[in-house]
Amino acid sequence: MKRFITSGLAAAALALPTLAAAQDAVSFDQKVNDVFAGSTGWFVNLIFMNLPGTSFPWIVLWLVVAASIFTIYFGFIQFKAFGHAISLVKGDYSDPEDAGEVSHFQALTTALSGTVGLGNIAGVAVAVGIGGPGATFWMIIAGLLGMASKFTECTLGVKYRNEYPDGSVSGGPMYYMTKGFKERGLPGGRVLAVIFAIFTIGGALGGGNMFQANQAHAQITQITGDFSGLITGGIFAVVVFMVIVGGIKSIASVTEKVVPFMGVMYVVAALIILIVNADQIGWAFGQIFAGAFTGLGVAGGFVGALIQGFKRAAFSNEAGVGSAAIAHSAVRTKEPVTEGVVSLLEPFIDTVVICTMTALVITISGVLVMDPATGNFVLNEAGNAIQTTDGSSGVALTSAAFATGFSWFPYVLAVAVVLFAFSTMISWSYYGLKAWTYLFGEGKTTELIFKLIFCFFIIVGAAAQLGAVIDFSDAMIFAMAVVNITALYFLMPIVKREMNSYFGRLKTGEIAKFDNGL
Amino acid sequence: MSQTTLIVGLDGSDAGKRALDFATARAKLIGDCSILIVYVIEWSPFSFQTAEENEMRHARREEELKLAHERVIEPAVAMAQSDGCTVKGIVKHGDVAEILEKLAKKHNASQIVVGRVGERNIKERLFGGVTGRLVAASSVPITVIP
Repeated sequence: MKRFITSGLAAAALALPTLAAAQDAVSFDQKVNDVFAGSTGWFVNLIFMNLPGTSFPWIVLWLVVAASIFTIYFGFIQFKAFGHAISLVKGDYSDPEDAGEVSHFQALTTALSGTVGLGNIAGVAVAVGIGGPGATFWMIIAGLLGMASKFTECTLGVKYRNEYPDGSVSGGPMYYMTKGFKERGLPGGRVLAVIFAIFTIGGALGGGNMFQANQAHAQITQITGDFSGLITGGIFAVVVFMVIVGGIKSIASVTEKVVPFMGVMYVVAALIILIVNADQIGWAFGQIFAGAFTGLGVAGGFVGALIQGFKRAAFSNEAGVGSAAIAHSAVRTKEPVTEGVVSLLEPFIDTVVICTMTALVITISGVLVMDPATGNFVLNEAGNAIQTTDGSSGVALTSAAFATGFSWFPYVLAVAVVLFAFSTMISWSYYGLKAWTYLFGEGKTTELIFKLIFCFFIIVGAAAQLGAVIDFSDAMIFAMAVVNITALYFLMPIVKREMNSYFGRLKTGEIAKFDNGL
Repeated sequence: MSQTTLIVGLDGSDAGKRALDFATARAKLIGDCSILIVYVIEWSPFSFQTAEENEMRHARREEELKLAHERVIEPAVAMAQSDGCTVKGIVKHGDVAEILEKLAKKHNASQIVVGRVGERNIKERLFGGVTGRLVAASSVPITVIP
């Protein structure tokens, strides 16, 4: 909704050039916003367009339908191969001779650090705040279905990666689009790949960068009071620069250790709150199931819960977007299917576990105001969301919910948000770089140009209130899904062949666990 | 196979060299004895890496193996051979204690010889260094050379 208001305002500003010129104080932000909204608004509107007569964005349906098709086509692979996925991550099937190569665990955690982030903290609060606890049910369903999309794209990512003479590897949708389409004798692979790469660069600079910097700054100022975003952006840019250009390993390795620690801490804090309120868990699940089908009086009722749940799951775990295929493709394995199987754990951890924790804590904490007489939720004055005890929403709502358990938790959450934002930026700088080098060729200079642009956009993102720019880059990430899933439909028979062959050999014992010796 | 096998763990330090000297001297006394020289590059499949590190990992690994062979294993093998011993050198990625123990089992070694390494950081002070863990877990006798 905000998106349309922003573009509406921007259009009004364009119509009044004299007024815009007179207000120097807002001129830069405003100009950038205006130019963007004017030239890209149609694209944003197209991507987030609602299905006729509903408030259900077609792009969410696109992602959910694809996930359902993959689930059925691959015979519920996410449930059948779940145990095998854990076995692979533990290294049971890794050849000891390959010790020192990228393990399944490393490929999985690298990809996870790109997806676990603001979506799990802020996105869930938005979903539950608007759609009620019932949204959680649909979120879990969407997360479970999304596992099949990840399986498909990551298997292809590994199968069609490029391996270079110097031993490095590059993979991702660009490569399976070109090579996979060629293999199947289909035209247009190269065109799809180029379009995908362009969207990926847009998504990397926007959703993977400016949006993160912007939200991190907002979270910091909530605690410290207002100060210039240039400072936050500048610091972020310098640190990211040191990591991606300077190759300062120590910073990267600190985040590598701290981010998973933060993730675990978040889940543990949620668990403690849930254990303390163990008697209410049954009630909370009751709310989730009842709300999933009746809506319990929330905005939009049952449909509202469904839309919010699906939307947030899709936004959080990126299943079908194609980004994960880039991250997973560096693994050392002879069987592409193994990485596909491992990758299906990603939406599970991201959505089914972490998002559900957040949702349960919000539900149990009582920050959502309920009418004791009817058992239904009370809507806020605007009537578009559930009334909360302190009127907050988004990250602030999650923060308030956790604060009912631990009063100091908001500080930890702020640190977590900053670190998650940082790790998401590092991940997306890599996705963007891969798309960039796909378009412009590999080489020190071309890579450096992209990295500098990336760092510059961090400052822009933190300093400016560029609503239209951020909307545009969000739209870019979902545009990636349009191209990627189109390609997945054409290439899924290849994945099926690989899958049948692999699980066949697993059954006959041709592929077996390595014994623990050397 | 009546042949005796001694495993020597090297870490590139002087203590490692002394361990090798000790093993060659013992091997000569035993007679029908071969020495397996092992250099382990500390690595865990459960560490966290960035996407870029993952991309370069294969190339790095080759480089690490090459360097370890050139700088540690080959000179050590040459030295032991000049003393008239039967020697083999290998480089592995992983946990030192775990790998030495597994190799000892695999080659049916009669003992493992290592140099003593000082505790390098707080973690090692608390939980014991490589040598300590090796001693605690090993299935064959260990000789620690100061």
